[in-house]
Amino acid sequence: MSANGALLEVRNLRTYFDTEDGVVKAVDDVSFQLQRGETLGIVGESGSGKSVTNLSIIRLVQEPPGKIVSGEVLFKGEDILLLRPAAVRRIRGRRIAMIFQDPMTSLNPFMKISRQLMEMTQLHLGHTKGQAYEHAIRMLETVGIPDARTRADSYPHEFSGGMRQRVMIAMALSCEPELLIADEPTTALDVTIQAQILELIKKLKQETGTSVILITHDLGVVAGMTDHVLVMYAGKIFEQAKTTELFARPGNPYTKGLLRSVPDPTAEQGKLYQIPGLPPDVAHLKPGCPFAERCDRVEEICRREFPPFVELTTDHHSLCHFAHEVYGG
Amino acid sequence: MFRFIIRRLLITIPTILVVISITWVLIKLAPGNFYSGEKRLPAAIEKSIREKYGLDKPWYQQYGKTMWNIVRHLDFGTSLRFEGQSVNTIIRRSLPVSAAIGILAYLLALIVGVTIGSIAALKQNSRWDYTSMALAMLGISVPNFVLGPILVLIFSLSLYWLPPSRWGGFPSRNLILPVLTLSAIYMAYIARLTRAGMLEVLRSDYIRTARAKGLSEKDVLIKHALRGGLMPVISYTGPALAFLLTGTVVVERIFALPGLGNYFIQASLNRDEPLIIGIVAFISITLLFMNLLVDIAYAYLDPRVRYH
Repeated sequence: MSANGALLEVRNLRTYFDTEDGVVKAVDDVSFQLQRGETLGIVGESGSGKSVTNLSIIRLVQEPPGKIVSGEVLFKGEDILLLRPAAVRRIRGRRIAMIFQDPMTSLNPFMKISRQLMEMTQLHLGHTKGQAYEHAIRMLETVGIPDARTRADSYPHEFSGGMRQRVMIAMALSCEPELLIADEPTTALDVTIQAQILELIKKLKQETGTSVILITHDLGVVAGMTDHVLVMYAGKIFEQAKTTELFARPGNPYTKGLLRSVPDPTAEQGKLYQIPGLPPDVAHLKPGCPFAERCDRVEEICRREFPPFVELTTDHHSLCHFAHEVYGG
Repeated sequence: MFRFIIRRLLITIPTILVVISITWVLIKLAPGNFYSGEKRLPAAIEKSIREKYGLDKPWYQQYGKTMWNIVRHLDFGTSLRFEGQSVNTIIRRSLPVSAAIGILAYLLALIVGVTIGSIAALKQNSRWDYTSMALAMLGISVPNFVLGPILVLIFSLSLYWLPPSRWGGFPSRNLILPVLTLSAIYMAYIARLTRAGMLEVLRSDYIRTARAKGLSEKDVLIKHALRGGLMPVISYTGPALAFLLTGTVVVERIFALPGLGNYFIQASLNRDEPLIIGIVAFISITLLFMNLLVDIAYAYLDPRVRYH
């Protein structure tokens, strides 16, 4: 266990991809901490590196073309990046579990739901077939699958999207992991189901005390679910703060842009704000701030020099030349 | 499922009758005859031959008689060349030869092909991958009428290890060279199919899920990836096995094996009408049946597939 009692501490993580187009720095010098029992949100546009960050934590980045170039991932003080593959496998699923974005494709279409769940506890908890089956049924009941016993032997295609995501959650939580990483768990679902799934994660988190990393591009989700937030852009952390603070006083122009582009259902008319331009090509980053081209308060220095990671309060950092100004005004 | 199978079998019958009819028409349309040689026969002899085999009757009577015997008695008649032997006897005698070589060749191709293809997919872009795929390309490109004689040259005529030809019963060392020659192209093709199928599956989300569960690479491959990855091989197996079972013209010819393929060539060269029709019918039945088996296997292997 590390000195400050963090469950997970990521230090200077760099994950690069070798492509024909050059080296893509998908995750570039990312550091953060997750306290026990806490929920951390990671927000960003597609391609900002949020998924790769989390795949790197349990070393699931496809290699090649990907490679974790440097950094430390301290899980209770132990660096996962230094472990042998067999030791990493004992952590995967058992102590750090993952839920993926698309429940339609993340379950094996050729295997019964029950078997996919049983596999977990047979592998990690040494369950016999009978024990694993009973445990699978209990887990399905926990996540609210009606008639769990009769439906356990169905195949994934016989379930709806929301039900499949419930199955994924049941599977992820079946060994009572210490950390649950949910990678856009609701993106592929429709809105009413989204709310149910988020409620479910919240409820199960309270019951089991599992820490959660929630990856999303939906700031609304972050607001309701998380204690801390990281905002990622072009493989870098642009801002990190307590959730309440981030929403009240963002210290980065990019975060401000994101907050402005959340639709406000009370406003009847007017155009929805969007950040101009597209995320940069991370294979060919120019010197200076990667957000400079799209920033509404860009100045000469932004194009020339890479911005510093400014400490606004002990708990609030922002990657911007003008972090204090943005934070203050 | 049961009703699906019954219906498919019922559709098979008219299909085969159509195939037989087309074959019959093609034979009749082709110039020449089974008795026609370089020298023209005297008119009297020709007349008596035509009467003996019913060729003097109008075409619809000939066609009707042929079809009636097939439908009613499954009787394809007597070979014109091998006198006194019925087509059914010839098929029954030569099928085991073709089937033995064909099944052995396909099993070999399946085992080697799937193994090589899986390894190539797992180690994509490695030396293993490139070497095996280059070999597979070679296997597909080299025709068996080249490969066969080369193998004979090496293993029979230079090293004296294996007999160069002829049927020696089952099992015997005579089988080795024809089976190798026959399986090469299938092996290569299956290796490529397996590699492509596995590559696609290994990239899929549910394989990532399996890895995230903490399963070992071996379990990920065998329990999760193989089933989906082998689907292309399954669909290929139907037609491939049908052709292998029913004899392969070239290989049986090279190794002088008395299989169906060899008889088929002889029948065509001799214009042995009943034998041609009999073998064509048999090949079509086997092909249709194998495709049905593939469809059934699909429903069994992929729970999303349901037939109504």
